[in-house]
Order: sequence, then C-alpha cells, then structure tokens
Amino acid sequence: MSNTMSTSGHAGFISARMLLFWSGIIALCAWVLVPIYLVALGALGGRAGAYQWPKNLLPNDISLQPFILFLKTEGVFQSFLNSLGAAGITVALSIALGAPAGYALARYNFRGKDSYRLLVLLTRAFPLAILALPLTVSYIRLGLYDTVLGVGLIHTVLALPFAALVTQGIFLGVPRELEEAAWVFGCTRIQAFFKIVAPLALPGLVATAVFAFVISWNEVFAASVLTVRHRTLTAYLLTVLSESPMHYRFAGGLMLILPSVVFIFAVRRYLFAIWGVSSK
Amino acid sequence: MTQSRPWIPYALILPSVVFLGLLFIVPLVQTIWLAVSDNGTPSLANMTTMVSDLNFGRSVLNTFLLTLAVVPIQIVMALTMGSMVAKMNGGRETILWIWTIPLGISDLAAGMVWLSILQNTGYLNSILFGMGLIERQTAWLTYQTPVALFIGIAIAEIWRGTAIVMIIIVAGLNQVPKEFKEAAEIFGASPWTRFTRITLPLIRPALQSALILRTVLAFEVFAVVYALGGRNFPVLVGEAYNWQNQNQNYGVAAAYAVLIMVISLAATLVYLKVVKVDPERLP
Amino acid sequence: MANIVIDNIKKSFGAFQALKGVSLTIKDGEFVSLLGPSGCGKTTLLRIIAGLETSTSGDIRIGDKSVIGLPPKDRGLAMVFQNYAVFPHMTVYENVAFGLRMQKADDARVKKQVEKAAGLLHIEAYLDRYPNKLSGGQRQRVAVARALAVEPGVLLMDEPLSNLDALLRLEMRTELKTVLQEAGTTTIYVTHDQTEAMGLSDRIAVVHDGRIEQVGTPVEVYNHPATRFVGGFIGNPPMNFITMPVTNGQVAAGSQRFAVPAQGGEIVLGLRGETVERAPTGQGLDMEVRVAEPMGSHLLLTGSILGQPARVILPATETVKNGETVGLALDPKRLTWLSPESGVSYPAAA
Repeated sequence: MSNTMSTSGHAGFISARMLLFWSGIIALCAWVLVPIYLVALGALGGRAGAYQWPKNLLPNDISLQPFILFLKTEGVFQSFLNSLGAAGITVALSIALGAPAGYALARYNFRGKDSYRLLVLLTRAFPLAILALPLTVSYIRLGLYDTVLGVGLIHTVLALPFAALVTQGIFLGVPRELEEAAWVFGCTRIQAFFKIVAPLALPGLVATAVFAFVISWNEVFAASVLTVRHRTLTAYLLTVLSESPMHYRFAGGLMLILPSVVFIFAVRRYLFAIWGVSSK
Repeated sequence: MTQSRPWIPYALILPSVVFLGLLFIVPLVQTIWLAVSDNGTPSLANMTTMVSDLNFGRSVLNTFLLTLAVVPIQIVMALTMGSMVAKMNGGRETILWIWTIPLGISDLAAGMVWLSILQNTGYLNSILFGMGLIERQTAWLTYQTPVALFIGIAIAEIWRGTAIVMIIIVAGLNQVPKEFKEAAEIFGASPWTRFTRITLPLIRPALQSALILRTVLAFEVFAVVYALGGRNFPVLVGEAYNWQNQNQNYGVAAAYAVLIMVISLAATLVYLKVVKVDPERLP
Repeated sequence: MANIVIDNIKKSFGAFQALKGVSLTIKDGEFVSLLGPSGCGKTTLLRIIAGLETSTSGDIRIGDKSVIGLPPKDRGLAMVFQNYAVFPHMTVYENVAFGLRMQKADDARVKKQVEKAAGLLHIEAYLDRYPNKLSGGQRQRVAVARALAVEPGVLLMDEPLSNLDALLRLEMRTELKTVLQEAGTTTIYVTHDQTEAMGLSDRIAVVHDGRIEQVGTPVEVYNHPATRFVGGFIGNPPMNFITMPVTNGQVAAGSQRFAVPAQGGEIVLGLRGETVERAPTGQGLDMEVRVAEPMGSHLLLTGSILGQPARVILPATETVKNGETVGLALDPKRLTWLSPESGVSYPAAA
C-alpha cells in the first residue's frame, strides 16, 4: 500500500515537473509570438483600430485594406525597392568577396592567415554602422551619397566578415578528399571547385546569402545617414516615424518583419551550424 | 595541398582585404581624425562640444544602464532556453525556430512591435483596463515616465536580441559531448552542479562570443529607442545621428562614434580577459 | 600500365623531415605495399606520387616519364582514398564514370567501362543510387570501381580498408586481391595493417621514420627482417629479440649450438614465437612463463627467456601453467641474427 503511494507520489512529482517545463516553453514561445501577432493586428486594423479603446485582442475587425493603403502611400513602394536593391548588392558582394576568402581560410595554410582572421574578427568589436558617418563626405565626393549602391557597399562591410567566417565553415564541411579525388580523376583545380565543391557547398552558401540579405534589410543607422531621397525602407520609416499615424507605423513594422521571418524560416536548418562555426 | 602555387590563397583573400581596407579601415581612421580635429588641425573642440552638450551625460548613462539591464537577462534567458531544448525530444526543431524568429527582425521593427503594445491605446493598457487595474489610458513612453520608458525599451531589446545569444549558446551546447554530463551524473552531481561545473565551463567560447557580440550591439542601440521614445530617451548612437542629420555637425557626430568604438573595444577586451578561454581546458 | 621509379624523394614540413630520401622501383603490374606505423611518412610518399603534395627534392618517374611538377590529372593514375571520397551529389554510376567523363570519353565507352568495373566489384544493383544510401563496404566498392574504370597506369590506395569493420575488411581484402590480379594494374597500397600488406602484396616496403627499412616479398620480410624495427613491427606476436653471448663464433642455447656471423661479444637472436617446439628443459632455451593464454587455435605464452621479455606460441594441444618453466627447441633454419649495436640483421644463411 505504502509502496503504491510512494510510486504515484513520485509520478506526480515527475509530471508536475513536466508541466512546469512545458509551461516554460510555451510561455517563451508566447513571449516571441504574441507581440508579432499584436503588431499584425495593429497593421491590419486601420485607423479605427489604432485608436480603438479598449482594444480587442481577437482578430475581429481586420482586413488587408489598411495594409494595402499603406503600401500605396507615396515613397513606401520605392523605398521597398531600394531596400531590395541594397540587400541584393550586399548579398552579391559579400558572397563574391567573402566566399573566396572563406575558401582560402578553409583550405590553405599561409603566412598572414591569423592576421587576416584578426582583421575579420576586429570588425566584430566595432559598431560598424557608425562608420557611415565619415563616409558621408567621401560618398558625396564619389557620387555615392544617396544611392542604393552606396548603402549596399556599407552593408557589405557588415556582412562580409560574417560571410568569410561562415563560408570557411561551409568549405571545411566539404571533405578535402573529395576535391583531391576530383584532381586525381582528371579535374583542374577550377573544374574540381565547380564540379564538386560548389554543388556540395551550395545550400550553405544560400544560407549565408540569406543572412547577408537580412543584415542589409534590417540595417537602420547607416542607411538613414547615407540617404536623403533614395531611402531604404528602414530609413524611410525612421524619418517619417514621428509624423505618421500609429497604424502606418505598425504596417511598416509588419512589412519589415515579414520577408526576413520567411527567409529565416527557409534557412532554419543552417542557423546553428553557421553560428556554431562563426562564434569560434 | 600542393605548395607549388603559394600565391593562390593571397589572390583569394585579396578582394576582401581591399574592400575592408577601403570601407572599414579608411573610414575608421577618418572618424578618429574627424573627432580629434577642427578645420584640419588637431583639436579637442568636438570632444568639448560633445561633453558639454545637455544630452551627453544622460545618453552615456542611459546607454550603460540599458546594456547592464539587457545583456545579463539575455544571457540568462538564452541559457535557460538552451537547457530547455537540450531536454526535449520531439518538437525541438519547431520550438527552436519559433525562438529564433526575432533574429530576422530589425531593431526598428521591434520598436514598432512594442509601440503597438505600449502606446496609450495599446494592448497593455487595454489588458490592464480590462482587469480593472487602471481606470483610463496611461502613458508609459513619455519623458515624465522615465522608468516605464526605460523598462519598455529594455523589454523590446530583450525581445529582439535574445535570439542571437540563444543561437550562439545552443550551437555551443551542441558541441559539448553528452558523455561529460552523463559521467558527472553517475558520480552523483546534481543538475545544478552539472550545469555550473560541467556545461558552463565547456561553453565558455560560445559564451564569450555571445557576450562580445551582444554588448557591442547593445552600445549601438538606436532604432528601438527612437521608435518607442523618440528623443525622450537619449542614447549615444541617437545623439550621433542627431548631430549628423539635424545639426549637420559631422565633427561632434564623429566624436560620439569614437566614444562608442572606445567603449565597445574596452568591453570586448574586458570579456576576453574575464571570460578567459583556455584551449587546453576544452575537449 | 606503367612502372614507377621513386628516386631519393625528400620532404620537409618546416623543420620536420617527413621523408629522408626514399628510393623504390616498382615493376609494371606489381602490387607493392607501403607498410608502417602512423606518422612514418608512407601516406606523404603516396600523396607525392599522386601529385597532391610536392616533394622537397628527388624525382618520380611513371612509365619512364618524370611527373615532378605535373598536376595529379596529368599523371595517368587513379586513387582510392581512406574515406572513399565518393562524391555524395552524384549517383554511383556517375561516380564510377567520373574519370572517363573528365577524359571526354564517348557515352558508349563510358557505359562499357562503368559496367565492366561495376561487374568486377558487384555493384551493378546500386548504379542508380546515391552514395549516402550505401553502407561503408558498398561505398568502398564504388571507390575501387571508380578507380578501375579509367584503366589507370598506376593505382594508388591509401588505407582503403581501415574504415571497415573487421569481418568486412577480411572479405574486401580477398575480393581486392582477386579483382586487382585480374586487372593487373601497377598498385601502390598504403597500410599500417601488416596482415593486409602480407596478404595482398607482391612486395612490401616497410617504412619507418621517413625511410624505407626493407623491401621484399612478404615471406622474406617476415622470415628475415632486415632490421630490429621490421621484425618487431611485423608478426603477431612480434619477433622476440634475445641478446646472447658469443664464444668462438658460436651461440649456445642449452644443448643446442648455432654458428653465428660474429666471433665474440654479444649477438641478438631474432626469434619468431611460432618457430619453437616444446622440449625438455635444458635442451634449448628455457622460458619462465608468467601468463599462459589458450587462444583456441594456439597457446600464447608470455614470460622471459634469459631474463629478457618474450612471447612464444605453442600448439593448442599443449598445457602450460602460469609460473611454469618450459624448454623450447629452436629451428636453426628459422633464426635471424642481428647486430646488437646497429639493430641490422646479418644476411640470411650466413
């Protein structure tokens, strides 16, 4: 009798701990998801929703209309395109410049390798966006000020060190033996890279590209400092922030969130591998 | 690998070195020069202007307080999350993905998200009203409510920035072989002892890079603050932005930039020293 | 098919000398193993032959043509890697066909060669699959088929069986022997496993500390090791080395007398553990047995002879107790004599 008592007591203890454990997990999920849900509610609720009091937490009075209205506001769509452009340049440049460096770090031992890694890591210790400040002058001189290309260049400074370190990990993940086998069986170095290494590294490179995109897409400070008329979405939203109505701000927030969340979802498998490597 | 063509690795890193030289090193030097010169001659005028500005003291204090409040909470939350998923079997992937969503959210968007909650007619007030705790709309984000504003900004920062810390820590935890903890368990170590004596020392490298990254980012805080508090809550980067864009005074903006860089570098050095990573003590 | 001449190859990594002047000639169609402990330089030598590593000095000729400075693809060779290096993003068929495709062979020839190689290695059934669906043994077969499909002049194998489990290794070893005999390709096979080297090779080159210690047929290397290292490295249990006094060009072991290639002083007897026969004590060498282990197929004795550690093997039918002293009769035809100073053996049948 006492035996069964203690067994059930033990089981009760375990399930209480499990309950606590899962409540914790659900609470943390809610902590992440509920605010996004609420801003979406705000974005889709329109002017009436924004000033409704007290607010309804259920999605009763929402429609896509207010969001579409926001998209049609002057400047929004253009800044959206500018953001895409800057992010595209960032992706292209950081992969084109970072991936060869990552390959060199992964495959070769050379004098200066440690200094190079130090240079790359050094960029981590600096608030890089701040560098946009002195660039204003040089940019004006070079005709890069207030251009999408200029923003893309400074965003590449943010994304390039990351790309070099991450692609190093990706290339390390492609066994050197595979490349050597290709050489032995008749490939030149360049052929071996494109026939063997590139296809195997491709998913990781895509993930790197996505992160470079997100870095650029989300950057506010440098984009705001270096543009006046050709603003990116973040820069545009920052400058019109104080004079725009609440539901526009929420719509802007939602519009910033959606693409990067979708992208992060697409590359979620690589998140931990990438950061595991690049945090070394 | 053949060493017959030793120039290959240099050719591969050259483009990125040139690029970083032009757009990282050069502006870095320019910033420093701009900050400590006036009309082309060395001068501390910009520094003096910066220090004597009304907002200077407040922005330094605010930035430090915010960093001190946000970073430890993020580390603790990330460690908790990491330990939780380590115990999970099914659904681990989904939970991890949900927790990493804020990684893709910009600080500006995070500010907007929390604005929708904390503004006067926002969801927080609606809930408090529904529960009968307040009788009318309460303002949280004005200069008259500095504590509430500070907490609001801190919450938004924690909400947005914990994901990256968690990812680095989970990646670190993934590299700790299970056997170590199991061995400790067999020798009778409690879960808390296992965590503090086995897990924490082994994820030091991850912890170190998470701390450095997060602290540097915390000193860069800007758009969240701007979205939630406007100019009611001055922070260092915000001041730099205002001097550059509103006042068109590039020198003082550069002085702020140098200050932020010095603080960031100092923090990095402190972490490198305090959270020492001894390769010999790692598996 | 081609012969290979390795002429005084040296290789340094910084201050470390991995190869200290290695020379070896391999005849057309011959199977030669490079056998040695890890870190002895055998893999470095193979990689230099393949062109994956450059030598510091020396020459390598394949088919009488120096290949120094040539990239791997222009050396007319194929290689089987330790971790197979089967391309994961290609089907087994495309893997086997890879070398031929690089030679721009036409589809008919590719098909013929792939089918032939696949038939030799019994992988016809997997040709359409991707390697990650295959077991280790099957991947190994693909790697060998890929190498044979190009009908290379020289086949290089780098520890190809070391990642297989024991049973599979035995099976693959037998199969490799059959397949390679049929193909008749000049083969250099790197291994640290003496049974592989013994079983497969025409000749074995024992590599130690960046040098080749001995080159010979498996039987020569086993029975007449050129140095103390070779005797100790090859054979299980390893050869026993017993230092004995020499008087008037003779060594006495109990009542047995052996003429040795030294007049006085001391000499080292190299004694294979399984070449002894049990005898009454005092007749040959006496061994104090510390541990006797019945292994089923034989009886393994560990103890000491003349106060020096020794291991010998007796038939399974013998019974010996721990602590017992047993007499061992020696077979004069199967003894090796070595110089105690240099560790080099005197020529056999002196």
